[in-house]
Amino acid sequence: MTPPEYTYPDGALAFPHRGLVGIAGLAPHEIWFLLDEAEQWVEMNRGAQKRRELLSGLTIINAFFENSTRTLLSFEIAGKRLGADVVNMAVANSSVKKGETLIDTAMTLNAMRADAIVIRHASSGAVALIAGKVDCPVLNAGDGQHEHPTQALLDALTIRQAKRAFNGLRVTICGDILHSRVARSNILCLASLGAEVRVCAPPALMPADIEQMGVKVFHDFDAALKGADVVMMLRLQLERMEGQFIPSPREYRHLYGLTLERLEKAESNALVMHPGPMNRGIEIDSNVADLVERSMITTQVEMGVAIRMACLDVLTRKGRKQEGWA
Amino acid sequence: MSLHAPLTITNGRLLLADGRIETGSIRCEAGFITAIGADVQAQDGDTVHDARRSLIAPGLVDIGVFAIDKPAFHFGGVTRAALMPDQNPPLDTPARVRFAAQSGKPDFWVHPLAAATQELGGTALAEIAMMRDAGARAVCTGRRWVGDSGTMLRLLQYTGMLGMTVITHAEDGGIVGNAVATSGEMATRLGLPSAPAQAEALAIARDIALAEMAGAAIHFRNVTTAAGLDLVRGAKARGLNVTAGVSPAYFMLSNLAIGAFRTFTHLSPALRCEDDRQAVIAAVADGTIDIVASGHDPRGPEDKRLPFADSAPGMAGAETLLPLTLSLVRDGVIDMARAFDLLAANPARLLGVNAGRLEVGAEADIAVVDTERPWIVNSDKMAASAGNTPFDRQPVQGRVLALFKGGVVVRTKKTAG
Repeated sequence: MTPPEYTYPDGALAFPHRGLVGIAGLAPHEIWFLLDEAEQWVEMNRGAQKRRELLSGLTIINAFFENSTRTLLSFEIAGKRLGADVVNMAVANSSVKKGETLIDTAMTLNAMRADAIVIRHASSGAVALIAGKVDCPVLNAGDGQHEHPTQALLDALTIRQAKRAFNGLRVTICGDILHSRVARSNILCLASLGAEVRVCAPPALMPADIEQMGVKVFHDFDAALKGADVVMMLRLQLERMEGQFIPSPREYRHLYGLTLERLEKAESNALVMHPGPMNRGIEIDSNVADLVERSMITTQVEMGVAIRMACLDVLTRKGRKQEGWA
Repeated sequence: MSLHAPLTITNGRLLLADGRIETGSIRCEAGFITAIGADVQAQDGDTVHDARRSLIAPGLVDIGVFAIDKPAFHFGGVTRAALMPDQNPPLDTPARVRFAAQSGKPDFWVHPLAAATQELGGTALAEIAMMRDAGARAVCTGRRWVGDSGTMLRLLQYTGMLGMTVITHAEDGGIVGNAVATSGEMATRLGLPSAPAQAEALAIARDIALAEMAGAAIHFRNVTTAAGLDLVRGAKARGLNVTAGVSPAYFMLSNLAIGAFRTFTHLSPALRCEDDRQAVIAAVADGTIDIVASGHDPRGPEDKRLPFADSAPGMAGAETLLPLTLSLVRDGVIDMARAFDLLAANPARLLGVNAGRLEVGAEADIAVVDTERPWIVNSDKMAASAGNTPFDRQPVQGRVLALFKGGVVVRTKKTAG
């Protein structure tokens, strides 16, 4: 049964946004709508016929100004399964000059008449900047430490499939919250859907005033795990462990590594999630990551393709003059 | 011997050096004020300017600007500005200082600030005495703080001996790092690199201690937090030669303004929280803040049309300096005399120049101001070389109707409001 705050109207009013720059600004029912839309693609992707010519003739450009393997691949597969012409513009960080070049690149993509542009960039706000300059829908595939909305949506879809409801669900997010756009989008998304969100990190990796985003702040991982229904581990970027934020990888694991023993503190059916790529043996032990019953890590990847298909479909409906959306 | 005829500005409300406002006229000869008051009359041969009951005030003296942007300064009523050493190349040798000191004359005077350290690197002292004799009016650490306490102590000992004030940027560099915002909910939501506001108080505490040790004068260019202002207040109470400045952005805006990643609000120091903004207003009122300055730093799209963290900090502030300061007068925070102390008399005193107040013998730098005239800031139509103002579309009051430098008119055009 769908709770009333998740019911959405028919047609374009269900998702009246031009692009997807972030979870901030989305109403709970709009998030729910995208999750519902994704279900059909989960279904289709599990079948033998994995292609529907919904977006045939449309050009989708994946402009990745920051290195990515899985997100880029996921968006590419999503576009192709919907029949679109997908072009990847992978720009290594080093070869792209910052500055006007970013806007100029956006204008160039715009002039090539892309029907949707997917952007990843190392600077917070870069995607919003580009979205304001181009005519087509823009999807944020991660901007700096700001947002990564499709990751939050695929995580929500993963949780919804396993747990059904979000109300009262306790989700613990542990790791480098400070530098994590995944954490920010997930906090906004899960809190908006009614979950109780806990964040856990040492003070140096915890952003100031994060409790204003409606989360409970923990520094003690064991306490944060108590009663948790979902445990979401974040990747620790190894270059941040040079003594500036964390004394060493093994010290980090000592306090914040998800071991089988630690997982015992959470609910007995708690889900284990990780946006990947994992540092096995640092933030998460292999025997936890590979728990067949509990680990959702590969399911997250699967949901990622479905969510991105839903986003590409919904955001191009206006351009495709779909009935009720044009 | 001036080539220009004597000037008499008649029929105005004179803002006198003692703070009184009196109807009358002011007469200038050979670049200096020679008579002021109710009974002053224009003589035969004088150039006469009718102020039409507007305020006759000293031209503004703006400490710590990054560019010589004459149209903007003239629009804003600024007749002198102290130029930051952060030029390309930096003002760290006597020749560059001498060149900069001449660069605005005759209608705008530039007072270069000597770089405290070579190439503003924060380690080796620059040739400060030679730069002083080449025209530098004070010493400045530039956009950055001198991180090494030993270097800062030796700098202050040296400037103390030379009788020069050190103007410093008050933010602990180790804490600030590459931050572009003040830590708090806004920076957290936007995912911007941020640093705690306490970085300012830390820097001020150290520098006050070092200045006291060295017996030197120190001026903090922007004091923007309650904790930093408390330290300045305490130092003043102990009789130390400590002064503080601020730009209007810090009493007008809080870090809420950085929402939507508006790079025109990317300033250095970063905008603070609302409590700090209120503390700045209180410090302007109680005298803790001595100087209000524009920090004029025009930046074009190549520096500003970027993701927030990649953009350059700074705002074009010369045109809005006076009207935004006058908003404090309208709000009853300060009176008109105090406004011009903050904008002209105090900065002139810090620089040791004979200007910034209307009295016989002072240089005739005069602004005729309609303090009530309303207008709307428009970043597309600024006099400045770039329109990077966080006050775009904001209605303000107060406009300079005429500006005189050394008794010679530089601007009288009555622009449409």
